[in-house]
Amino acid sequence: MTIRSLTETLPEHPFFQGFDPAVIELLAGCARNIHLRPDELVFRTGEPAQHFYLIREGRIALQVPELSGGSSIIDTVEAGDVLGVSWLVPPYRWLFDARATVETRAVSFDAECLRAKCEADPAVGYAVLTRVAHIMHRRLEAARMRMLDVYGVRRA
Amino acid sequence: MTKPGNVARTVMLDGLQELIDALLGRGYTVFGPTVVDGVIDYRPITSVTQLPQGWGDVQDNASYRLRRRDDDAVFAFACGAQSAKPVLFPADELLWRARLGGAEPEIERAVDDKPAPPYAFLGLRSCDLAAIGIHDRVLSSRQFGDTHYALRREDTLIVAVTCTDPAGTCFCVSMDTGPVPRSGFDLAVTELYADGPHRFVVEAGTPRGEELLDQVASTAASDEDLVAAERVGAEAAARMGRVLDGTNLKDLLYDNTESPVWDDVASRCLRCTNCTLVCPTCFCTSITDASDLTGTTAERHRVWDSCFSEEYSYIHGGAVRESGRSRYRQWMTHKLAAWHDQFGSSGCVGCGRCITWCPAAIDITAEVAELRRLAEQRQRPQEARP
Amino acid sequence: MTELLEATAQPTPDPPTPDPMVPRVFRVERTRQDTRDTYTLELSPLDGEPLRFAPGQFTMLQAWGIGEVPISISGDPHGSGLLEHTIRNVGNVTRALVHTSRGATVGVRGPFGTGWEVERGAGGDVVFIVGGIGLAPLRPAILHVVRHRDQYGRVVLLYGARTPDDILFAPDLEHWQDDCGIDVAVTVDNAPHSWRGRVGFVTSLIPRAGFDPLRTTAYVCGPEVMMRSSALALRDRGVAADRIRLSMERSMKCGIGLCGHCQLRELFLCVDGPVLGFDRLEPLMSRWEL
Repeated sequence: MTIRSLTETLPEHPFFQGFDPAVIELLAGCARNIHLRPDELVFRTGEPAQHFYLIREGRIALQVPELSGGSSIIDTVEAGDVLGVSWLVPPYRWLFDARATVETRAVSFDAECLRAKCEADPAVGYAVLTRVAHIMHRRLEAARMRMLDVYGVRRA
Repeated sequence: MTKPGNVARTVMLDGLQELIDALLGRGYTVFGPTVVDGVIDYRPITSVTQLPQGWGDVQDNASYRLRRRDDDAVFAFACGAQSAKPVLFPADELLWRARLGGAEPEIERAVDDKPAPPYAFLGLRSCDLAAIGIHDRVLSSRQFGDTHYALRREDTLIVAVTCTDPAGTCFCVSMDTGPVPRSGFDLAVTELYADGPHRFVVEAGTPRGEELLDQVASTAASDEDLVAAERVGAEAAARMGRVLDGTNLKDLLYDNTESPVWDDVASRCLRCTNCTLVCPTCFCTSITDASDLTGTTAERHRVWDSCFSEEYSYIHGGAVRESGRSRYRQWMTHKLAAWHDQFGSSGCVGCGRCITWCPAAIDITAEVAELRRLAEQRQRPQEARP
Repeated sequence: MTELLEATAQPTPDPPTPDPMVPRVFRVERTRQDTRDTYTLELSPLDGEPLRFAPGQFTMLQAWGIGEVPISISGDPHGSGLLEHTIRNVGNVTRALVHTSRGATVGVRGPFGTGWEVERGAGGDVVFIVGGIGLAPLRPAILHVVRHRDQYGRVVLLYGARTPDDILFAPDLEHWQDDCGIDVAVTVDNAPHSWRGRVGFVTSLIPRAGFDPLRTTAYVCGPEVMMRSSALALRDRGVAADRIRLSMERSMKCGIGLCGHCQLRELFLCVDGPVLGFDRLEPLMSRWEL
C-alpha cells in the first residue's frame, strides 16, 4: 500500500523528474513516507548517515551547534528539495543537525538499500549521482555567494 | 586654412600689439603664451613683449626644456605646459555658498576671484582648439551642462596659430586635429619667420574676428605669403614626433581588457595623475564641501579629479578599481575608445602632454602599439615550427 | 484606453533646477530606524513644491558642509509629497544624514537617472529580486505595481537579507503578501535557531517562484555579484535579457554625467543608468574592475 502510493508521488518530486519509471519503482522499494513535527530533529551532527530525504512539504533547517549552546542555521531545504548527501559519501556521517522548523512531510530512503541498488546497476547509480552532483553544485555556488557576505559592509 | 570668400591679411608684430590692444579695449582678459616657471604657458598678457619671442621647446618622454631659438619667432613652440583648460575649466570652482545661521539655509551661487570674463586666447594651437571643441561637447551639449564652463566659454574669443615647430611628443596628425587650425577660431594666424620680414598671415573665421582684424594695420596677404603659410603648416605636419595608429582602436581596447600590457604599464605608472592634469580634455571632477568653524556657512567646490586615484572609484568599503592596471586601463580606454561612444570622437587630440609630463616616461602611443602587437600576436595562427 | 494610460503613467519627473549643481533645501519631518544600520528620512521641501520622481531614480542628498551621496528614493511615487530616503549608515556622509535631527535641513539635488519603467512590465508576470538594502530603490516600483495590481499577472518578490534582523520594511512585506496579491519569499544568509523562515542565497528562490519566463519582466536590485548571478539564473530560465533590469551602483559626485566617476566603460551610470537592461550590462559585469 505504502509502496504503491510512493510510486505515484515520487515522479512528481523534482529530484525524479525525467527518471525512467522503472528506476523510480526500483528505488521506491527503499522509501517510506515520514512526518515531522515543528522542532523535531531529523538527524544530528556526527551520527551515521543512514537516510536520504526528499522533502514534499514543510521546511528543514540545517544547523551547526555553537559553543554558546545555541545553534545557527546555515541552510534550509523545503518542498521540492532533497535533504542529505552524506549518505552517498564515505564515511557516511552527518555534518550538520537537521531539524524541521514547521510541519514537514518527506520521503525517507534507506541509505544502505539505495547504495546497494546504485552499485548493482551502474546506470541507476549514475542517474542518482548526476542528480545529487547537480544539487551539490548549486548549493556550493550559493554557499560561496553567501561567503562573500554581499549584503555586509565591504571592507577594503 | 584658406576658405573661399575669406581674405587673408598680412600683419606685422606691431599689428599683433594692436590686436591685443583692441581686445583689451573691448574688455577681454587676453591669455597669451609667455615664459613662466621655466615653461611656456598661457597667462593674462597686455603686450607682445610678453610673448615667448625667440623661445622654443624640446619635449620628449618625461622631459620638457625651453631652448633659445636663432630667430625672433613668438609662436614657434610646440605646446604650452597647459592648454586652455585651467582657464575655461578651472581646477577649483566655487559652486555655491550656504548661510546656515538662520532658520533656513540660504544658498547663493558664489562669485569667485577668477579673472573676469570675457576671455580671449592669443596663440592657441590647433590641438588645444580641438580640445575646447571636445569640452564644448562634454560640458555644454548634453542634457546637463556645466553652467560655469558655459558662462566662461560663451564669449571666449580665440586667436589660433598654426603650429610651425612641433615637438618630439606631438601626434596631432594621427588624431586629425592639426597642426593647422581649421575651425573653431575667430582669427587664425600663421607666423612667417624663416624667409623675409617677421610677419603673420591672419584670417578671420567669424564676423567677430573679421571686425577685429579691421582694427589692425594690415595689408592684403600676397600670393607668396599665402603659399609660405601653407608650406609651414605642411612642413610641420611632416615633423610629428609620434604616431598613434587609430585603426580599430575602440575594438582593440574593448577586446583586450586582460592584456599583459596593463600589468606592464601598471608596474611603471606611479598613479601621480600628472597625465590627467595636463590632458586638455580630461574633465573628471570631484566635490569638496567645507564649513567654517562655527558651522554657519558651508561652501561647495568642484575640483579636478583623476581616474588614477584610488578614491575616484570609492564606494562604501572600497574602490571599484583597486589595481593600478585597472586605472591605467580605464584612463586609456575612456580616452581612446569609450569617448567615441559617449561623444562621437576620440578624447585624445595628440598634444603629447601626457608623454612629456609623465615622470615615469610612459608614452600612450607606445602603449597602444604594444597592445596592438600583443593582440595581433595572439590572433595570428600558430606558425609551424621547424 | 486613455484612462488606462493615465492610470499607468508614472508621474513626470521634475525638471532639474536651473543649475543642477545647486541643491534645494528640504526639512527632515520624520526619521525612522529600520534596522541596526538603516534609517528612513521623510523630507519636505521648504519651497513647498513636492519632488516628483520616477521609481528607480535617485537624488544627491547632502549634509551641509560634510558631503553629498547618491541615495535612491524609497517612497511612494504617488504619495503624500514627502520625499523618502532609506539610508544605510556606512560612511561619514550617511552617518551625518541618518543622524540629522527632526526639523533640521538637508540639501537635495535631482531626481536623476533612469527609472525601473515598471509600467512596461504590465500585461505580464513580474519578478522583483532584491538583496539587502536593494529593497529601498525597488520599493517605489513595488508600490506602483501594488497600486495597479490588476494590470500585472503573477507578481513575486524574492528577497535575500543578511540576517533576520536586517530585513527591511517588514510591515510592507507582510502587507504586500497578505493584502496585495504579491508572493513574497524571504531568505537570509545566516539565522539563529529561533528563525522559522528560509536560509539560503536569494537565487535559490528563483526555481520555485512560479513565473512564466516568456512573459516576465524582472527588476533586480542589490550588490553587483548578487544581481549578476540572479540575472544569469533568470536568463537560463528563459527571461529575455532586455527584460531583466538592474540598478547599478558606482561612485557619483555630480549625478548629471559631468564628473566622470560613475563611468562603466561607455556608460555614465548616473544618466544612462542607474537602471539598465542585462542585455546592455552583461558584457560589462563580467570583467573585473571595469
